[in-house]
Amino acid sequence: MSESHSLFSLRGVSKSFPGVKALDQVRLDLYPGQVTALIGENGAGKSTLVKTMTGIYQPDAGELRFGGELISLDTPEAARSLGITAIHQETVLFDELSVTENIFAGHYLTRARSGRLDWPLMHARAQQILQDIEAPIDPKTPLKFLSIGQRHMVAIARALSFEARVVILDEPTAALSHHEIEELYGIVRRLKQAGCAIMFISHKFDEIFAIADRYTVFRDGCYVADGKMEEVDEAQLVTLMVGRTVEQVYPKVEAAIGEPVLQVRNLRHPTEFDAISFDLHQGEILGFYGLVGAGRTELMQALFGVSSGVQGEVEIGQQAVTIRSPADAIKAGIVYVPEERQAQGVVLELPIYQNIGLPQLSTINANGVLSDKAEYALADGYARRLQVKAPDWREKVGNLSGGNQQKVVIGKWLATKPKVIILDEPTKGIDIGSKAAVHAFMCELVQEGLAVIMVSSELPEVMGMSDRMIVMHEGLMVSEFKRDEFSAERIVSAATGG
Amino acid sequence: MEKIMHKPLLPRVSLSYRLLSWEFFLLLITAAVFVINSLASPYFLDPWNLSDASFNFVEKAIVALPVAMLIISREIDLSIASIIALASVAMGFVAQTGAGSPLIMLAGLGVGLLCGLINGLLVTRFQIPSIVVTIGTMSLFRGISYILLGDTVMKDYPQDFAYFGQGYVYAMFSFEFVLFLVLALVFYGLLHKTNFGRRTYAIGNNPTAAFYSGINVARHRLILFVLVGLVCGLAAVLLTSRLGSTRPTIALGWELSIITMVVLGGVNIMGGSGTIAGVFIAVFLMGLVTFGLGLINVPGIVMSIIIGGMLIGVIATPVLLKKFRNRKPAP
Repeated sequence: MSESHSLFSLRGVSKSFPGVKALDQVRLDLYPGQVTALIGENGAGKSTLVKTMTGIYQPDAGELRFGGELISLDTPEAARSLGITAIHQETVLFDELSVTENIFAGHYLTRARSGRLDWPLMHARAQQILQDIEAPIDPKTPLKFLSIGQRHMVAIARALSFEARVVILDEPTAALSHHEIEELYGIVRRLKQAGCAIMFISHKFDEIFAIADRYTVFRDGCYVADGKMEEVDEAQLVTLMVGRTVEQVYPKVEAAIGEPVLQVRNLRHPTEFDAISFDLHQGEILGFYGLVGAGRTELMQALFGVSSGVQGEVEIGQQAVTIRSPADAIKAGIVYVPEERQAQGVVLELPIYQNIGLPQLSTINANGVLSDKAEYALADGYARRLQVKAPDWREKVGNLSGGNQQKVVIGKWLATKPKVIILDEPTKGIDIGSKAAVHAFMCELVQEGLAVIMVSSELPEVMGMSDRMIVMHEGLMVSEFKRDEFSAERIVSAATGG
Repeated sequence: MEKIMHKPLLPRVSLSYRLLSWEFFLLLITAAVFVINSLASPYFLDPWNLSDASFNFVEKAIVALPVAMLIISREIDLSIASIIALASVAMGFVAQTGAGSPLIMLAGLGVGLLCGLINGLLVTRFQIPSIVVTIGTMSLFRGISYILLGDTVMKDYPQDFAYFGQGYVYAMFSFEFVLFLVLALVFYGLLHKTNFGRRTYAIGNNPTAAFYSGINVARHRLILFVLVGLVCGLAAVLLTSRLGSTRPTIALGWELSIITMVVLGGVNIMGGSGTIAGVFIAVFLMGLVTFGLGLINVPGIVMSIIIGGMLIGVIATPVLLKKFRNRKPAP
């Protein structure tokens, strides 16, 4: 592709909300037939930018040009009619409707004369689009029967049904397996060939390097830099993005490994996992790696007492324990920081200190009567230690950023003085700054003698932080690596069943 | 978005502001209704008239207290009026055997508790949505009352049984009214000052996160259903004692006026928020409106139109005000 004029460009675009300047004089260029990666921490203004580009927000200042002409996008429809379309990390689709209905929702095709919906035509078109992206899905299937990966394909098909010219992919791989990501790359390449300008937003650098031609970096709502991918490396991008080096993101400190704290023997579940046996030692970070659907989360939830129908033995410090509920697990000293932070980790409407106090109200207030003071004092220690950013701990957790919410969840569990802390995708969807803070904190915890289990789908993270790694595939433990044996190739091969 | 976090924040201020203003708003309306009533009828300000008027709503108000907690925990109970009926029928049968007041009362409370237990077990054990379960038990409990009683009336209550519904503790302060004040305090403490209350809010806001925090969500909700049933039993004692008789149609349609009180009091029907203070004021607001309309001889059907309009108006006003206040979209 030639270094032609940009198809879609923004100059000096600003957008403020009460109390915050989300975008400050930013610039961006998207070129036809090229993938531009938009890189930035959470809070850098990426979502606001996407909304400005798709007509959901109106900029306060600055200009937007499409094919060289000045445009204004007053409504989402205006953006759509120019062929600007976004595919979001959490796709909004309708479970009960068919694939075709999802693809054409809001812009149904009708018969010219009667104005009635033309289902045969829509099915045929849906079939055609799905074929084009090599997604073997029957357009008449209700969406609820599809896997997450297939749903993404439907979301992409929906975007393409608008005859897209600018495609924005907002963290599209967050829920996809390796194989599905490969398929996505294929689609992106085809869109490139068709001359679309593509903007790709991702936190994962391996993906950015695999697919992007150019990059633009934002920090704190400002434009920082842009250029061609072949002229930079990951370390440079990270530095541009946060002003921090890679070593600071995975600040691994080896702690003294002590006695086994948690012993799991032949733990099994009727459908999710089988024959799980491992030891976890004091001072150890044990990584669990695997693809989505390998049974890691299910295993951790079983250890935490969430799942029913689990069999096998669990010992804590040589003592057999029976865990049937989270309350049992907490009592035994096992706590779990869930992957679904907002759904399972925090109560968004309650203040920080009440979230931290929640698991042990009966300990703080032995007689059952609330003491705000005691609860606040307990929370104060942990919130300070974790450097939760908030004016005070009466702030509602819902008003915090993802990284700070995660700190509240971790603080809540540390306050229970656990022996084993299970972190399930602890840095999913949080910015690099918070990520580094969480990693540093993990090292601090093991140095104090805690034992940590970390589940992560991000290979650099598991490799960067674990002392030992167990790889799971389809509900089974397929291999185990010590830190000095870590090799990305062997780990991925084990995880994919090779 | 990160930047928002460091600022002294609006949301917290506006939350307490909103809560305050909600109850303040209710109080204002209540005061207005009070003034209008006293202008509309010379009989309104008579203490004994007011005391008599209170009988029309305190029984419902007592049930509204635990129902508020239940709704805050994201559940609902539509069978409350039917529980009152069934408990009353049970008391009628016990009274027929010539038993004394304590035993009759025990029968009412016991049946109420049992009905609550049935609701609670169906909801928590079989995980059926409470709206479905209690629509079912609403017909079930009422139906059993009809079968047991048919067209007959039971009125073999002993003399001293009348005290609960007709007695006065001091001057014009009736037993029912004083009991309501005491229970309002008790529920205020329970919801706002105990671990149990805190857990109720946590469950109502996010049952999954509450469960993952080690809270036994099912047992908590079961307890709330039992509590609602028990208080329905208590309301049955008061109502039966006041009327001196039991018919199968007793307390018909009360579930809606009780839930109206709760919602009017600012309890979020989706769960998670609301206060006993709000419900407490709403109870008086509804009582005063009904009483005032009665004094100027407004027919019952018109009255329900006014109550319905008031509910929608009172709920909609703050929402509309808020819309006008911040027109800008949130980031």
